[in-house]
Amino acid sequence: MRLFINLMGGLIFGLGLVIGGMTNPAKILNFLDITGTWDPSLAFVLGGAVVTTAIGYQLVFMRSKPLIGENFEVPTTSQIDKKLILGSFIFGTGWGLVGYCPGPALASLSLLNPSTFLFVVAMLAGMYGARVLSS
Amino acid sequence: MGETELTPVASLFGGVLVGMAVVLMMAGTGRVAGISGIVSRLLPPRVAGDVMERVAFIVGLVVAPLVFIFSTGQSVEQFISSNVVLLVLAGVLVGFGSVWGNGCTSGHGVCGMARLSKRSITATVVFTLAGMIAVFIVRHVIGGL
Repeated sequence: MRLFINLMGGLIFGLGLVIGGMTNPAKILNFLDITGTWDPSLAFVLGGAVVTTAIGYQLVFMRSKPLIGENFEVPTTSQIDKKLILGSFIFGTGWGLVGYCPGPALASLSLLNPSTFLFVVAMLAGMYGARVLSS
Repeated sequence: MGETELTPVASLFGGVLVGMAVVLMMAGTGRVAGISGIVSRLLPPRVAGDVMERVAFIVGLVVAPLVFIFSTGQSVEQFISSNVVLLVLAGVLVGFGSVWGNGCTSGHGVCGMARLSKRSITATVVFTLAGMIAVFIVRHVIGGL
């Protein structure tokens, strides 16, 4: 059951990205290109996702625990530190160079573009590096 | 690279689907659906215990474009750089930065912003600005890569 929920979660998430146009890096780069060929589509995806999640989370948190598992695991840290800012800045820079963030990059693997494989391997290496450094 | 068409209806619908997936994950498993966290915790040195669940989520994510193609008969348009150096550099930065900053577009941008987390709102503003700066430099200062 846990596996099934995760599989469906990944599938619906991925379908949302594809339908929203987020698996096309050109669309992401154009969202970020406010002084050039601006395409605000990403704002519609993000807006739709945030509003849906905000309402859905409210409903879900009315229950005391999830369907499976003992409690809701929500991040509790509230401190805005240098690590958060630096990490987000580094992430955003990479995002703006190619137009892939982790979700769309992984979903795009099945579209078999060699560029995607190269990006994902490099991304995993970067993640590994950050995990080694912060442990 | 050229213009892309604004797709407000499809993008809004896609966003709602992403939100539904995020809510399903919280309702079902009690977890935040942050992609960088789901993926990076499969990597050493601290491989989390629930490996199969995370793999199941990623499998769903990866097969999604195929499900879309086979169920609608439409293709999935992609236009991406083929510059090897740029792809590797961008991949490393995205991977490193999303782990270092504890989240990416999904974890901070969707899950965190929906909870009005100050950390996530800050992260989203920072990575969006950084992305805009990178695009500005590459496209309008260097003149494309």
